[in-house]
Amino acid sequence: MIEPGTPAPDFKLRDQDGQEVSLADLRGQTSVLVFYPLDFSPVCTDQLSIYQELVSDFEQRGVKLYGVSVDSAFAHKAFQERLNLTIPLLADFEPKGQVARAYGVYNDEYGTAQRALVMVGPDGVVKWAYCSPSPLEIPGANLIFDALEPTAAA
Amino acid sequence: MSPPPPPSGGEADLRSAGPPEPGPDDHLRGDSGPLVIEYGDYECPYCAKTDQLLAGLPIVRVFRHFPVPSKHPRARTLALAAEAAGLQGRFWEMHDSLFGDQGHLDDPHLWQRARDLGLDLERFEADRRAPELDERVTRDFHSGVRAGVMSTPTLFVDGELRPGVPGPELLERLSSR
Repeated sequence: MIEPGTPAPDFKLRDQDGQEVSLADLRGQTSVLVFYPLDFSPVCTDQLSIYQELVSDFEQRGVKLYGVSVDSAFAHKAFQERLNLTIPLLADFEPKGQVARAYGVYNDEYGTAQRALVMVGPDGVVKWAYCSPSPLEIPGANLIFDALEPTAAA
Repeated sequence: MSPPPPPSGGEADLRSAGPPEPGPDDHLRGDSGPLVIEYGDYECPYCAKTDQLLAGLPIVRVFRHFPVPSKHPRARTLALAAEAAGLQGRFWEMHDSLFGDQGHLDDPHLWQRARDLGLDLERFEADRRAPELDERVTRDFHSGVRAGVMSTPTLFVDGELRPGVPGPELLERLSSR
């Protein structure tokens, strides 16, 4: 997995509405790339639903979240509507999983991204990265808040 | 660009922290046995199942709200209804009523439940819209986030995190103490 302190690998992916989002668009804000295996799988559903409830807490801290999976933009659109998400979902679809590979979080066995969080600072450098030990284990939102304010973390 | 104001005003600390010890704000049930803190949502069928499984065990139960409206649109409304009933001393009665029938969760059903519990309906209606109750529900949700809750139900059994409907091993352990 990508190490903190390294420049985030560049990418250009389409979101759920077909709009291109690239690393350059993330400049100037703290971003969290939420890599997850698949749209509509039950565990992902809870993960993104709960992050969604915290969007205003993230915004207060100037943080924006992006979901990333190997699903297509059309699947992302349907998934976003199903869960009432405002978090943009990026399609790492063609070549499949290329961005997940570049960030070192692709799972060859399942053919999907692993469940991983990568925080990219406003300068485009990876600030923090976390990979869940298993696809069934959901990284708690508390871990993201810990990474944002590491000095006082428990 | 300024972000929209948070529901509770002010910036909540959301960094990792274990689940808070039961406090005066909490709803407790049972007087002895291991402490089981549940984070749940009244629209979640697995939470209703869990509620059924925990009922009658020799434990001290604490119920905290973990509403996820993007998944369960009525979750927060229902949490607020239980809290509003709580202000009239009927929290657990409303809790049981909601988990007992998750097929009738619209406002008219809530009024009927309130009437059945003998609540002052006007007060119930005002209370469940009060910002203080909303903040209280958010406090529960945030304490769950800090403790690493990422699905409902999640139990803390003597401080140990146990996501999902409790299995036979855990139920056995709880009933034999």
